[in-house]
Amino acid sequence: MNFLQTIGRVFLVFLATAGRLTLFTLEGLSHCVRGPFYPRIIFRQMIEIGYYSLPVVGLTAVFAGMVLALQSYTGFSRFSAEGAIANVVVLSITRELGPVLAGLMVAGRIGAAMAAEIGTMRVTEQIDALTTLSTNPMKYLVAPRLIAGLTMLPFLVFIADIIGVFGGYLVAVYKLGFNASNYLQNTWNFLEAGDVVSGLVKASAFGFIVTLMGCYHGYNSKGGAQGVGMATTNAVVSASILILCFDYILTEMFFAK
Amino acid sequence: MSDSQPKIRLRGICKSFGKKVVLDGVDLDVATGESIVIIGGSGTGKSVTIKCIQGLLNPDSGTIEIDGQNVVGIDAGERARINTQIGMLFQAAALFDSLPVWENVVFGLLAQKAISRRDARDLAVEKLALVGLGSQLIDLSPADLSGGMQKRVGLARAIAADPAIMIFDEPTTGLDPITADVINDLIVAVNRKIGATAVTITHDMQSAKKIGNRIAMLFGGKIIWAGRPEDIENSGNPYVDQFIHGRTDGPIRMAVRA
Repeated sequence: MNFLQTIGRVFLVFLATAGRLTLFTLEGLSHCVRGPFYPRIIFRQMIEIGYYSLPVVGLTAVFAGMVLALQSYTGFSRFSAEGAIANVVVLSITRELGPVLAGLMVAGRIGAAMAAEIGTMRVTEQIDALTTLSTNPMKYLVAPRLIAGLTMLPFLVFIADIIGVFGGYLVAVYKLGFNASNYLQNTWNFLEAGDVVSGLVKASAFGFIVTLMGCYHGYNSKGGAQGVGMATTNAVVSASILILCFDYILTEMFFAK
Repeated sequence: MSDSQPKIRLRGICKSFGKKVVLDGVDLDVATGESIVIIGGSGTGKSVTIKCIQGLLNPDSGTIEIDGQNVVGIDAGERARINTQIGMLFQAAALFDSLPVWENVVFGLLAQKAISRRDARDLAVEKLALVGLGSQLIDLSPADLSGGMQKRVGLARAIAADPAIMIFDEPTTGLDPITADVINDLIVAVNRKIGATAVTITHDMQSAKKIGNRIAMLFGGKIIWAGRPEDIENSGNPYVDQFIHGRTDGPIRMAVRA
């Protein structure tokens, strides 16, 4: 009986959380399209997400591209299919690794920072202060971050795609002895607009997930430092899991025959 | 508005969190221009009461009238309009870390686009002067200020829009006695200058006697005594007597042991 009670309680908590998250998402989205807007804050968040995340996302992408080229070579050389390395690298980076790795990196950097900042504002009554100053906290804190996440992740992933392909090129040409122009020609020939676009759409979805989780957990944090710490952890973990779930769902939508 | 109509009227305010009943039928009238101080032990619902007045919490039942209009359950836009005439000083000031001092002071006016940024900066200097702070502080971050200074900036922010109602949440908590007295004097001076109706909650009896025209004590979810500060020593109410003298013996046994 206790076991069943525990399962039931967990299920009810899950449903309640899902309901709260859905309402939070809908309210956040509604404030993204209804004024007044706060352009200064939106711009600040765009810089925070798009510009300051470039080094970490770029480094991740270049090493991902390099490892991909190296691993593909060791595997494909068994079947004398080394020529397909350029295709594997560019398709893997643009369709999957670019958006997923950028999403996970931004979840760690931005999602955690957002949860900590908004969580601290919650526990120090700054969010209450916003309300008393006739400012809707959802409009002032959440909507600008959602807009910045939605718009800047595709930008980051586009850069990451280029850097990732460049990483593969470096290994293929300078370590594995591929002809540079042939490698680039193969990369270009096999790349289709749909590959890049699907990756950018994924990036936008992941940007939304990361900022939503950061805002949701920060906004609903309770207690003091421990509550803020828990909100930060939950924001990163939930965003990472959701990114992987939605990656599969979006891949099904784009590529399943 | 008739002369007999209070600025703020609370009737039968009840609020529970789970099974814990915090407010159990609070009735309170605050006349226009009056400064009322609500005293009571920790956890007796003082903060919940002012959060209900400010619209940060919705009471489970009862009415809260401001200028005769019931504000319980009104829509967010109307609530935001009413909040423009209420200024609040939070216990820990609740200044926005990400903004410099001057933007904190005029935040409400800037957010409502009621003033240009250039004019807002001048207004911030003017309001900071009212609370005894110089213009050299305006570009500092709140984290660079002492606790007393943060309270003053919080007070400047609360009065920036010349509100008709001021709410003070334990304004002297965490301050040394001298700084606390300075804050008390500022609150009295500012209330007198802008002619606001003030509601203050505090544990500090010196502060209560200095700020208030009237003191009300909250216990067991109800207002159990209200009267003039000079009458509180002879209230004849054992709960009030025990509280103001800080005695452990008396009818407030559960609160002391908790």
